[in-house]
Amino acid sequence: MKAAALPWHAVRLRHAVRLHSTRPLHPGAWWLWATGLATAASRTTNPLLLALVLVVAGYVVAARRTSAPWARAYGFYLRMGLVVIAIRVVFAALVGAPVPGSVLVTLPEAQLPEWAAGVRLGGEVTLEGVAGAVYAGLQLATMLACVGAANALANPRRMLRAVPGALYEVGVAVVVALSFSPQLVEGITRVRAARRLRGRPHRGIRGLRGVAMPVLEGALERSIDLAAAMDARGFGRGANTSVRAPSGVLTLAGLLGVCAGLYGLLDAGSPVALGLPLLLAGGVLAAVGLSVGGRRASRSRYRPDRWGAQEWTVASSGFAAAVAALLGAALAPASMHPSTSPLVVPALAVVPVLGVLVALLPAWAAPVPEPDQPDAPDAPGAPGANTHIAPRAGVAA
Amino acid sequence: MIRFEQVSVRYPGSSQAVLSGVDLDVPEGELVLVVGRTGSGKSTLLKAVNGLVPHFTGGLLTGRVTVDGRDTREHRPRDLADLVGYVGQDPISGFVTDTVEEELAYGMESLGIAPDVMRRRVEETLDVLGMASQRNRPLVNLSAGQQQRVAIGSVLTPHPRVLVFDEPTSALDPSAAEDVLALLQRLVHDLGVTVLMAEHRLERVVQYADRLVVVPGSGGPVVTGEPAELMVGAPVAPPVVELGRLAGWSPLPLSVRDARRRAGDLSSRLAAVLPRARAATVHGDVVAEVRKVVVRYDGRPVLRGIDLRLYAGEVVALMGRNGAGKSTLLAALVGLRVPHSGTVRVGAADPADPAGLASRELVRRVGMVPQEPGDLLYSDTVAEECRAADHDAGAVAGTALSVFDDLVPGVDPRTHPRDLSEGQRLSLALAVVLAGRPPVVLLDEPTRGLDYPGKERLGQVLRGLAGAGHAVLLATHDVELAATVTDRTVVLADGDVVSDGPSREVVMSSPAFAPQVAKILAPASWLTVAEVAHALRAG
Repeated sequence: MKAAALPWHAVRLRHAVRLHSTRPLHPGAWWLWATGLATAASRTTNPLLLALVLVVAGYVVAARRTSAPWARAYGFYLRMGLVVIAIRVVFAALVGAPVPGSVLVTLPEAQLPEWAAGVRLGGEVTLEGVAGAVYAGLQLATMLACVGAANALANPRRMLRAVPGALYEVGVAVVVALSFSPQLVEGITRVRAARRLRGRPHRGIRGLRGVAMPVLEGALERSIDLAAAMDARGFGRGANTSVRAPSGVLTLAGLLGVCAGLYGLLDAGSPVALGLPLLLAGGVLAAVGLSVGGRRASRSRYRPDRWGAQEWTVASSGFAAAVAALLGAALAPASMHPSTSPLVVPALAVVPVLGVLVALLPAWAAPVPEPDQPDAPDAPGAPGANTHIAPRAGVAA
Repeated sequence: MIRFEQVSVRYPGSSQAVLSGVDLDVPEGELVLVVGRTGSGKSTLLKAVNGLVPHFTGGLLTGRVTVDGRDTREHRPRDLADLVGYVGQDPISGFVTDTVEEELAYGMESLGIAPDVMRRRVEETLDVLGMASQRNRPLVNLSAGQQQRVAIGSVLTPHPRVLVFDEPTSALDPSAAEDVLALLQRLVHDLGVTVLMAEHRLERVVQYADRLVVVPGSGGPVVTGEPAELMVGAPVAPPVVELGRLAGWSPLPLSVRDARRRAGDLSSRLAAVLPRARAATVHGDVVAEVRKVVVRYDGRPVLRGIDLRLYAGEVVALMGRNGAGKSTLLAALVGLRVPHSGTVRVGAADPADPAGLASRELVRRVGMVPQEPGDLLYSDTVAEECRAADHDAGAVAGTALSVFDDLVPGVDPRTHPRDLSEGQRLSLALAVVLAGRPPVVLLDEPTRGLDYPGKERLGQVLRGLAGAGHAVLLATHDVELAATVTDRTVVLADGDVVSDGPSREVVMSSPAFAPQVAKILAPASWLTVAEVAHALRAG
C-alpha cells in the first residue's frame, strides 16, 4: 500500500520509553492474588488470622492503588463487611439454636406453637453465641474485603480489554454501556434544563414523565451515531459466524464447571471431587470454547497487558497464602477453627501466618501507579461546556 | 480516487431525491470542499463515499460510487475502513473507547494491524496531533478542539488514503479551528491524503481548497470547479469573496492575504469616507445584572467574579474560547446554575434572582435558546408547539405562531419540528421563547449549522428584537456575526471578563476576533461588506 511509504518515520518516539517503566500491573494478577487471600480466609474462622488477612489486603491497597474512582472500593467493601457481621450477630441473638454459656442479657422470649419446636425467638443471649456469630461474620466480611481489594487495584476497563477474542462483542457492549451512563446523566440534565426554559415543571414526578421521552430519544440517536462510527471504522470486519454456536456451548458449559468447582473449593463442607477436578475440567472446556470462538474475528490488540515477572510474583504470593491456609487446616485444625463453646483464646499456628504474610509482597513487588496527570490549562473547569447548555446545571439548581 | 457516476439518492418516505445525477471525480491528493445551503445534501454526498449511504442510513442509491476502484455497492463501510476515514459532525458521539490513546488504536485493532505497527503509529499520530502529553486523558474531559483533533487522529492511524470530514470546525472557536485546519493542511501537503470536506464557515476554509463542489440542493446538478471561479456566482460566499465581488476583483481573492494585496485601490477610495457608526446605543433600563458572580466546577473556578449589565434595546456578543465560561454565564442568568457567591438579577421593574423563580415566572423575565434548539421542542407539529408555548407562558393564544410566522414566513404549521431546516428550527425555538415576551433573550451558539443567508436572516431578527426593546445576549464564536449584528462585545477568558466595550473597538483590537473585512482594510475600521457597499454608494 502506498501509505506505508509516507514519511511517518520522521517523527520520533519520545514517549515510548518512559511509559514502559510504569506500566500498570495486569488486572488478572490482582484478581488471582485476591482470590488466594479469599481462599485462605475461607479456610479459617480464627479472628486473629482473619484480621491479619484484612490488614495485609488493606496495606497492599493503600500502597498500590491509583486515584481512579474505583480505587475507593476497599473502604466500601469494609463497611459492607461490618454490616454483614452486625446482621449475623443480631440474627444469632434473636433466633437460632440456643448456645449454653455465660448469659450476657436476657431478651423477652416469644412462646412459639408446637410445630415450631427447635426454633427460638428471643431469650438468653450468651457470650459464646455472640462470639460464634462474630467469627462466622468476620470470615464472610474478610472474603468480601478481598474482593474489594481486587476491585480497588485492578482497572475494570483493562480487565475487559483482557477478555478473550470470543467474548469481544460482549466486552465492547460493556465498554459502551460504561461510557453510556455518564452520557445519560448529561442528557437528563439537558432536558431538565430545557423544560425549565420552557416554563414547565422540571422536578418531581410530573417533571420526570416529560424528561424520560426526550432523553431516551437522544440516547437512541447517540447509539445510532456510535454504530455508524464503529461501522465506518471497521468494526465486525471479516467476522466468521459459523463457529459461533459450538463456541458458545463449549464456553457456557466450561464456565458452569468453573463456577461449581469454585464453590466446591471455597465451601469446606462439599466433597473433594466437586472442588479442584471440576474447576480444572471446566477451565479446560471454557478455554477450548473461547479459542474456537476467538478464531472468528481477525482483530489485533493494542498494547495488551503483558504477564511478566511482577505478575507472577503478585499472583503466587496470593497462591502461597491459600496453600498455607489449606496446610494449616490439615496440620492444626484446632487453631484454624478455635472453639467458641467453651470460649477460648484463639491460638495462631505458624504456617498460615507466614503464608498470609507472604501475600504482603505486592506492596513492594507491584509497580507504583503513575500519579494522575494534571489537566491541560486549556480545559478549565467545565468538561462538556462546549457541547450543550449548562453541564450538570440541573444538579445545582 | 473518488468517483461518482450518475449517483442519485432518495430516502424512503420522501418524494424528492436528495441528490440526483451526481458526477464527480476527485483525483488523489486534492483537498475538495463541498459547499451548499443547509439541507442541500452535503452530508449525504459525504456519507456515500464510504458507503454509510445507503448501507447504514437506508434509502435508495442509484448509479455507482467507487473509491480507489472499490464499488460501495459490494463494499460495506467496514470493508472500506482501511481506505476511507470518516469523521461525522459530532466527534464525541463517534468515540468508542474512553482515553485518547485507546481511541487512536481502535480502528487499527478492528483492521487487525500488528501490535508493533499499531504502537508506532499511535506514537506518531500523537505527535502529529500535538497531543502526546494528553495520551491517557479521558476523552470527555478534553476541550472541543482537542476532541476534534482526536477524532481526526483516530481515523488517521489506519493510514487511509481518503479522509472525509463533515463540518470539522463548526463547533470550534477561531483559534481551535485554526489548529484543526493546520493539521488538515499538513496531512494533504506531507502525506498526499485526499480530503473531502463540508463546511459552512467558508471564511475559514475556502482558501485551503484545491477544488469546490457546489451542491445546489433539491436534486439540482452538482457543479465542480476552481474555487476562485465558482465563488463568483456561488449562493454562499464568505465576506472576503463578497468584498471581492463588490470591488470587481478578478480572479476573486479567497484569503485575507490575497485580498489585502489588491485592496490598495479600494482603501484609497474609502479613505475619504468614515465608517458609518451605528447610531450610538441609547442605554435603556438595566434588565439583567450579574454582580461578582463566582461559579466553581469540581472546586475549580469557571467564573471568577463576573460583573455584567444588560440594557434594554442592545445586542451583546459574548465571546471567548471553548470552555472560557460562556455557557456557564448564560446558565447563571437563567438560574440553571446557582453561583457560589455573587448575585444575579433579572427583570426590569422588580429584579429577582432567576434561580428562585418558578419556571412559569422565569420565562416572562428571561428566555434562552440552548445550543441545540431542538431540546426546547417536544410536540409533533409547529402549530401544537406554539400552542403549548402560549399556554406555558400564559400568553394570548396565537402569540408564538405569529412570531414564528414573522421570523420565517410561509412554513406549513403542520410540519414536524424535526423536518424543519436548521434555521427554521432555531426560529421556532426563538418563537417559543418569545411567547413569554421576556425582556432578556439569551442565545447559545445560534449560528452552528446556519449558512450565510440563514445567518443574515438571524441578524435581522436579532436587530428587530433589540428595536422592540429586548436585550439580546449572544454567546458565539462567529466573529462575522458579532461584527455585523452586535452593539457591544464581551470577551471572557478563563472565567474573567477581559474586554467589554463597543463591538467595533473590541473586535478591531483583537487579531483572533477581527472579521475578514476588518483584516483586509486595516487600519481603517470597516467591519462588514454592507458598510463598505454603503460608503461606496454614498461616495
